[in-house]
Amino acid sequence: MSDSDKKKPNRRDFILTATTAAGAVGVGAAVWPLVDQMNPDASVKALASTEVDVSSVQPGQSITVIWRGKPVFIKRRTQEEIDSARAVDLSELKHPEKDEDRAKDPEWLVMLGVCTHLGCVPLTDKGDYNAWFCPCHGSHYDTSGRIRKGPAPTNMEVPKYEFVNSNTIKIG
Amino acid sequence: MSDHEYTPKSKVGKWFNDRLPLLTLANHLTDYPTPKNLNYWWTFGGILTFCLITQIITGIILGMHYVAHADLAFQSVEHIMRDVNYGWLIRYVHANGASMFFLAVYIHIFRSLYYGSYKSPREVIWIIGMLIYFLMMATAFMGYVLPWGQMSFWGATVITNLFSAIPLVGDSITTWLWGGYSVDNPTLTRFFSLHYLFPFLILGLVILHIWALHVPGNNNPIGIDIKKPSKDTVPFHPYIVIKDLFALLIFLIIFAFFVFFSPNILGHADNYIEANPLVTPAHIVPEWYLLPFYAILRSVPDKLLGVIAMFAAIFVLVILPWLDTSKVRSTVFRPIYKQFYWFLIADVLILGYVGAMPAEGIYLLIARVATAYYFAHFLIILPFLGMKEKTTPLPLSITEPVLGGSADMAMAKNNSDYKEKL
Repeated sequence: MSDSDKKKPNRRDFILTATTAAGAVGVGAAVWPLVDQMNPDASVKALASTEVDVSSVQPGQSITVIWRGKPVFIKRRTQEEIDSARAVDLSELKHPEKDEDRAKDPEWLVMLGVCTHLGCVPLTDKGDYNAWFCPCHGSHYDTSGRIRKGPAPTNMEVPKYEFVNSNTIKIG
Repeated sequence: MSDHEYTPKSKVGKWFNDRLPLLTLANHLTDYPTPKNLNYWWTFGGILTFCLITQIITGIILGMHYVAHADLAFQSVEHIMRDVNYGWLIRYVHANGASMFFLAVYIHIFRSLYYGSYKSPREVIWIIGMLIYFLMMATAFMGYVLPWGQMSFWGATVITNLFSAIPLVGDSITTWLWGGYSVDNPTLTRFFSLHYLFPFLILGLVILHIWALHVPGNNNPIGIDIKKPSKDTVPFHPYIVIKDLFALLIFLIIFAFFVFFSPNILGHADNYIEANPLVTPAHIVPEWYLLPFYAILRSVPDKLLGVIAMFAAIFVLVILPWLDTSKVRSTVFRPIYKQFYWFLIADVLILGYVGAMPAEGIYLLIARVATAYYFAHFLIILPFLGMKEKTTPLPLSITEPVLGGSADMAMAKNNSDYKEKL
């Protein structure tokens, strides 16, 4: 190709560029289904919400239910636990969140029972804060499920949930 | 290759060879000139090929009886163990075969580290080898998930969660890997599919690994360049073939010991409990061959940095040919490096040990020191040592110190290490 060709694209260059671009779009369109098939399918997404009857849960007791294949902790907290969660100064926290924002009804704490480090299920009523402790790599959580000590980067996640009536929680 | 021209003797052979030169290839592999001082550490290439073929054959058979479904996988493995004719044997060979494969690959890698086999002109062999090693780890990890026991499930959860450490896209990537919101049936089926595929990718890379080896030829215990063919070489067949077979026999005795006398000693009892997404076992440990990397992961208190450190521990091996600045290949002639070599071995063993212990107290401290030393070895010690170290004189050929007529005669007598390798 001579210098003058480089400076001024001709019709042939235009055709080459246009063909390559169209080819790239075509290949991308063909590959995308091969990649996207690995994402959650319709049957997995269909299990998006769960209703739980919590009428038999006593204060201080915690139950674990499955939502989207993951454990969800539903803890009916004692006044003592609520007080200790609310008394914490936010500046002490690695991932500052108010307990008021995590538990709308202070008595009920609903959160994913999944350690935010590498996904193990923390043990209940264990650890330095007598709340949750992850046995895999030693993360300690407080009575609000907030990370206090250990490798986990964030607090245990609070899913979207609502009280359908005073005895039933709908998660998701 | 600069092999001499080969013509098959028979007419049919010649006819075929003119159309597809397979006989030329067979002749190249038979006559392939090999340094005559190769010691038993050089037999692990053949042993590893055997391991790969064994895993593929036993794996294909297990695939005939195994059911890749979260509700049935655990029972189908028990079905293999109890009902299928010789199923117990085939599964135990496959499960222990993975451990033996890693045992052999670690010896093979440390052989290269000792004799400088990764150095010019063999960098590409080394890099392909590291790719094979990486694929082996991925394959072994996915294979361990298939029985769908407690360790399978939680090992899969912890390892796939490593990707959630990636900023911004981490969560989407883990969801994509899982095919759901947790490790579940879609995860199991895709792991089965890939676990079946990867060994064949490894096989392809092994062919490239051997091809790349046959371009410069084997390194050898004294690490000098040799003329090929010459007085310093012997043909691959029968010399190396017989030696490799003898070493394989010894290796098989150890292999058989594990399979027949302690088939579960390298596994975890928890994996005989069916996967339960609500209960994490009290102490999650990966298989022994991944422990050093697990220790590195846990020694860093930050999630993302821990994951980066773990992958960096593998990547630092890939760029090793450019980190080691010494022109002398064999450790035999590098008195100071030799000591650091054994420090590294000790360091990796320590990492493996603390990787199996709970990440707290003294173990965490040891893991941190050992992790720091691991990186220091490759990133600080190797580059500087190569420039500073005074190496002992190299012989001109493999035969020279033995046949005499050289000032290096004394060295052949005094250097016990050298004599031993000869």
